[in-house]
Amino acid sequence: MNSAKVIEIEGLRKVYRVGQVDVQALRGVALTVHSGEFLSIVGPSGSGKSTLFHIIGGLTPPTAGKVRIMDQDLASLTDAGRTQLRKRTVGFVFQKFNLLPNLTARDNIEVARFLGGNGKKSDPEFDEILRLLGIAQRLDHKPNALSGGEQQRVAIARAVVNHPAILLADEPTGNLDTANSTAVLELLRGLNERTGQTILMITHNTEAAAYGHSTVHMRDGQIIERT
Amino acid sequence: MIGKIVLENLKHRPLRSLLSILLIGVPVTLILSLVGLTHGMSEDSQKRQRGIGADIVVKSSTASQAVSFSPANVPEPLVGVIEKRPHVAMALGVINQNIELPLVVTGVDLTQWKKMTGGFHYLEGHELQNDDDILLDRYVAQQRKATVGGKVNILNRDWHVAGIIDTGMLARIVVKLSELQTLIAAHNKITQIYVKADDPKNIPLIVKDLQAFLPSYSVQTMDEVLAAFRPENIPGVSQFTVVVVAIGIVIGFFVVCLSMYTAVLQRTREIGILKSLGAGKGFILGIVLTEALVMGMAGTAVGILLSFGSYALIRVFVPTMTVVIVFTWWPVALGITLLGAGLGSLYPGWNAASHDPIEALSYE
Repeated sequence: MNSAKVIEIEGLRKVYRVGQVDVQALRGVALTVHSGEFLSIVGPSGSGKSTLFHIIGGLTPPTAGKVRIMDQDLASLTDAGRTQLRKRTVGFVFQKFNLLPNLTARDNIEVARFLGGNGKKSDPEFDEILRLLGIAQRLDHKPNALSGGEQQRVAIARAVVNHPAILLADEPTGNLDTANSTAVLELLRGLNERTGQTILMITHNTEAAAYGHSTVHMRDGQIIERT
Repeated sequence: MIGKIVLENLKHRPLRSLLSILLIGVPVTLILSLVGLTHGMSEDSQKRQRGIGADIVVKSSTASQAVSFSPANVPEPLVGVIEKRPHVAMALGVINQNIELPLVVTGVDLTQWKKMTGGFHYLEGHELQNDDDILLDRYVAQQRKATVGGKVNILNRDWHVAGIIDTGMLARIVVKLSELQTLIAAHNKITQIYVKADDPKNIPLIVKDLQAFLPSYSVQTMDEVLAAFRPENIPGVSQFTVVVVAIGIVIGFFVVCLSMYTAVLQRTREIGILKSLGAGKGFILGIVLTEALVMGMAGTAVGILLSFGSYALIRVFVPTMTVVIVFTWWPVALGITLLGAGLGSLYPGWNAASHDPIEALSYE
């Protein structure tokens, strides 16, 4: 971990319109994350964890407040600007893996590499990550031929193929058994320690949260504690 | 990469892909069959007119361009008069009577006919001898299952099949001139007169002379007559073709629109995944458009293959309708299909590109 700030959030608010009702998902969140940090975010359902992720990941714009990702002000980004952010600056790992079902594991990774503009150029650092993930023998299989643990490891490989500044993992062990959960968490920690990858991980599981350097607790759209 | 995604998408739901391709192929088959038929009929008519060996055609000025559909209102004695004009080697009067599209019964004086053309080529049987004798070309004989010595009913009359002739000369059904004149109450009347020049270089002179001599008649060189048989010169054919082409575009549009709209709905989550990876609207739209165009190309190929089946069916069931393969229309059919497919994919493509990534990712 170093002192460079990759995420700076102040007074972040997000209001969703659901039918005729405004839902305040985030109510003045402030958060700073440094490069190389492994941060866990915990909180009950509806606490705003996923909304915070979606904003940091450029999937939705903030309603108010300051959000700076790698010195980019998200409030000023257009839809196209947020698309660029997703290409190179952030990588997602989802609870349901979200691999493209028609493509092999290798092609899932290649799609992300292609979209990131890295084409087919050689990348020894990524090859090392693939070895770390232990999926080299399973790359030519489609998702339905892979176990949950293997799918999540492919999803992690896909998320980091373009060397994003931030890896956002939303309940990465939520659909895995204990053994696979431990393996995935170990992989994330290994990735953080070996490559200095900044990781933000949402989890309900306090044991999983303990893999991070620190933990942020959220409730009712606010950060109530950082430990 | 778009190509790979499109290919895998098409392979993932093979039945949907195949049905869409087949449905896109149907209007291609319709268009190619129509064009093959109009060109085939046109070429056949031109070939049969050319096979007469005449240089000039004289007919009533009120007659249609296609001589087959003209009434019998030219006085028969005019044949003898024209034959005496300068540079005219001989003249031949014939009478036509439509029976069913595209068939025409033609009445000829066989003696004059043989002098001008050398006579028919008989595949079976012999020339006209008795008044109820009839000659059929092989396609009419095949369609009517007629054999030499048998009977056929044409113009509400039973005829004795005297011979089966090769196609490519004047008419498909031939009877004696006098007999047909009596039958349709056109005594001493004919439909047109074929004129042969003593020397091809005198054709313009004869035309000029006959136009001056017979100002109320249409006098055309054979080249001008043949030009009237080209599809673009046949009234209504071009417009009908345009209508069928438009129907082809509309069918392609709806098939692709429905197919891609369904596909986009089924792939909502995948679109969300692509967006989370940084795919922009152009990339998503590109996938949908490329998939539609690939289906359009495959549909065109299927349509071309099916058109061969269509030609074969026409040849078996309606052999008198000549159909040809018009290769120059293949790229046209491809263009028509791609236009329909491209237009049809725009709405589903834009719909996919505009998906909210969060909603798409939560789609079950």
